[in-house]
Amino acid sequence: MSNTLINVNDVTHRYDRHTVLENISFSVEEGAFVGLVGPNGSGKTTIIKLMLGLEKLQKGSIETFGKPIHKFTNKGHISFVSQKANSFNRGFPATAKEVVGMGLTSKLSLLRPTTKKLEHHIYEALDQVNMSEYANTNIGDLSGGQQQRIFIARSIVNKPRLLILDEPTVGVDTENVEQFYQLLSKLNDELGITLILVSHDIGSITTHVTDLLCLNKSIHYHGNPSDFENMTDEQRSKLYGHDMHTITHNH
Amino acid sequence: MLLDALLSFELLRNTFYTGLLVGFIAPLLGTFIVVRRLSLIADGLSHVTLAGIAFGLFMQKKYTLLFLTPFHTGIIFSIIGAIVIENLRSVYKAFQEIAIPITLSLGVGLSVVFIALADGINTDIFAYLFGSVAAVSRSDLYLILVTTGLVLLLIIFLYKELFALSFDEEFATVSGMRAKVIHYLFIIMTALVISASIRIVGVLLVSALMTLPVATAIRVAKSFKQTIIYSIIYGEVAVIVGLVSGYYLEIPPGGTIVITSAILLGLTLLVKKWYLAYIYKG
Ligand SMILES: Nc1ncnc2c1ncn2[C@@H]1O[C@H](COP(=O)(O)OP(=O)(O)OP(=O)(O)O)[C@@H](O)[C@H]1O
Ligand SMILES: [Mg+2]
Repeated sequence: MSNTLINVNDVTHRYDRHTVLENISFSVEEGAFVGLVGPNGSGKTTIIKLMLGLEKLQKGSIETFGKPIHKFTNKGHISFVSQKANSFNRGFPATAKEVVGMGLTSKLSLLRPTTKKLEHHIYEALDQVNMSEYANTNIGDLSGGQQQRIFIARSIVNKPRLLILDEPTVGVDTENVEQFYQLLSKLNDELGITLILVSHDIGSITTHVTDLLCLNKSIHYHGNPSDFENMTDEQRSKLYGHDMHTITHNH
Repeated sequence: MLLDALLSFELLRNTFYTGLLVGFIAPLLGTFIVVRRLSLIADGLSHVTLAGIAFGLFMQKKYTLLFLTPFHTGIIFSIIGAIVIENLRSVYKAFQEIAIPITLSLGVGLSVVFIALADGINTDIFAYLFGSVAAVSRSDLYLILVTTGLVLLLIIFLYKELFALSFDEEFATVSGMRAKVIHYLFIIMTALVISASIRIVGVLLVSALMTLPVATAIRVAKSFKQTIIYSIIYGEVAVIVGLVSGYYLEIPPGGTIVITSAILLGLTLLVKKWYLAYIYKG
């Protein structure tokens, strides 16, 4: 039996007078690996923020885990890797380990078991992004790509049921990107974590995702990635809502 | 000797205990203030507290209200100021530091008015500006003990939230943390710690006690937890050395505490530089 985790229904969103999302409807079933693609400025981050409650819903409705978005409180169900990972405070005196530990916060009860007991979760997550050796390094002393891997570790340490990633691999080198996609597939297959992965690089994600969602103000395609692959470039460009010629070819 | 004096003068003893309390709580809360870049907002808040103190002095003088001391009115103004600041910060989201000049100037303005109404500067106000070694009555000490305890409990209870929100507000919010509520609690805690610390270091230097030890600790600590621990150690050393030397040199302790803190900062930076040079040569 499939279980709908997210249900977006007829959402329209404007910034001032500028409409960025128009009549968006889709749903995400438990266990899916959804690739959300679209060119710059197509509204990907906006729809993610609406789903996470970071942006106020203007029109339409969103249900998360069966509850209207304004009634939903996240108790470790949903985790998130932001597009602008550099939004954090660079001089912040925290180690990579402490940063990953922040992802466990919602697991802690009021009585707060010491993080010592949960430390193996932190090391496991660091290991999954190949960052164990940097556990005690200051976050500000890591490179941009390394920081991004730490934020990915922070998002998976809690083993959420739904993980939303907004272009998480920006600044991560090719070798680690491929490894990261494999990690995501593993999380999806073995732990059954539902994934929504935002990317504007359609070519490199189609082999991993189970559902492809092309967004450009409205939804241009929602379905199987292999059907999408089998179309002609021209058809795809139309669905993608933008010229995506170069993107598929550097695959 | 100081020890004899401590044993025989209750006010001095109360001051010493208060010093130990604020030397602990101010750098502890200060660690979060520094990483959230609110140091200057703490300064604004301390001037609002001064307005409250001046108001209390005025009321005391004109209406001889004995149950409401300047210390109490200082706390009340400080808490109101905290709420105003947090509101200003959410109204002016894009340039939150605007809250600083607004509250600072309003605080100073109100202080001037109340001081004038209370017939000018007297020794009381001097003690509030720069701190005093003999300013703490027993009831003040109890109130400071309760405030410190309350703030300490809140920090322990909200540690994870404060830590996560200071680092990355968006992620913390998505994780289900009530950012707004916690920001309000935090700024009110700041107001309470400022009111408690003012007896010792004075209005003008209270933010220094919250930030200088942290600035020093950040240079040597390897993690956030270490930053907190070192900040408290530097804070306590500064308060103890500052109070003792202030007592002997007959200088308001605000001055001696802050100068001790600054010396500790300088020494730490020097020692770290030498140490790194030594390691490098190997
Ligand atoms: N806070 C905001 N205020 C005003 N306009 C905004 C805001 N955020 C986004 N926009 C506008 O909304 C549109 C969609 O932005 P969004 O960030 O959702 O795009 P995106 O698909 O995530 O793009 P990218 O691939 O560059 O990340 C853009 O035209 C942008 O200028
Ligand atoms: Mg985006």
